[in-house]
Amino acid sequence: MSAGEALVGVVLVSHSKAVAESVAALAAGLAGDGGAKVPLAAAGGTPDGGLGTSSELIAAAAREVDRGAGVALLVDLGSAVLTVKAMVAEGDELPEDSRLLDAPFVEGAVAAVVTASTGADLAAVAAAAGEAYDYRKE
Amino acid sequence: MDAVLDGGFVVRWLTAAAGLVEREAERLTELDSAIGDADHGANMQRGFAAVVKTVDTRPPGTPGAVLIAAGRQLISTVGGASGPLYGTLLRRAGKSLGEAPQVTVGELQTALRAGVKSVQELGGSAPGDKTMLDALVPGVEALATSFEAAAGAAEQGARDTVPMLARKGRASYLGERSIGHQDPGATSSALLFAALAEAAR
Repeated sequence: MSAGEALVGVVLVSHSKAVAESVAALAAGLAGDGGAKVPLAAAGGTPDGGLGTSSELIAAAAREVDRGAGVALLVDLGSAVLTVKAMVAEGDELPEDSRLLDAPFVEGAVAAVVTASTGADLAAVAAAAGEAYDYRKE
Repeated sequence: MDAVLDGGFVVRWLTAAAGLVEREAERLTELDSAIGDADHGANMQRGFAAVVKTVDTRPPGTPGAVLIAAGRQLISTVGGASGPLYGTLLRRAGKSLGEAPQVTVGELQTALRAGVKSVQELGGSAPGDKTMLDALVPGVEALATSFEAAAGAAEQGARDTVPMLARKGRASYLGERSIGHQDPGATSSALLFAALAEAAR
């Protein structure tokens, strides 16, 4: 993909607002200034700031980062996984080219944002995030 | 199986469900505090109150349209795992009913079976895992007999989760400690069938 074309957007969905925002800051920080600035949004917790998942916050975040190249969603656990899966499977709340990435949350977010910053397409972003599962720690 | 159900019936069903959830909220939370994160009662209460508001403020559509609207509302307001699970159950069932203005009990059963299958796929679980499926599956199957039989079968299914080992969700991290507690999701699923019998009376 040549420079100037739209980048894949990334949405980080966590049970916790603080976790989603911190991981977004971490991923953006590690992506550095080398590549283009990836549209990135956090959708953590419930609208009132509690622990949980909000389909409204997720849908708003996905619309915010959608530049026409697709939206990659990363999730942490429990209702975050189920809510995004349900939205992708049946709903009309998400932009058309939205995809739930099968990846660990923190490592996958870093891989997704760095890869997206190179101008890679959604499939390549998803593959890079998924590869984070292969990095064993023991 | 000859009874014909319209959108108004589905509204009465969901309203009855909201009433039962309201009445049993404390018990659902109590069960959830034993093996979950103690929010099931409040989550279900918030979700079904929003469902009633949604289906009350619009003219009752077809049974399918009412279920789709209710499912969508649950996904957006519950905030816990039960939101997408119950939301998918109702939304899938609603889509399966299509645009028919009236449906038979048999058609409702087929639609709910499709909904339960989607729940199973979404959660990656099966009956016996100590989840809502343990009440939903027997409930849907017993609809072939009567609404009352379905309510009884779902209630029995919920009680049968007591000796089970949880294999899904937060409760599964507890391992053996999850044994001896009735599953909160199966308990609320039984309420859904109790409400169905109530609406049909």
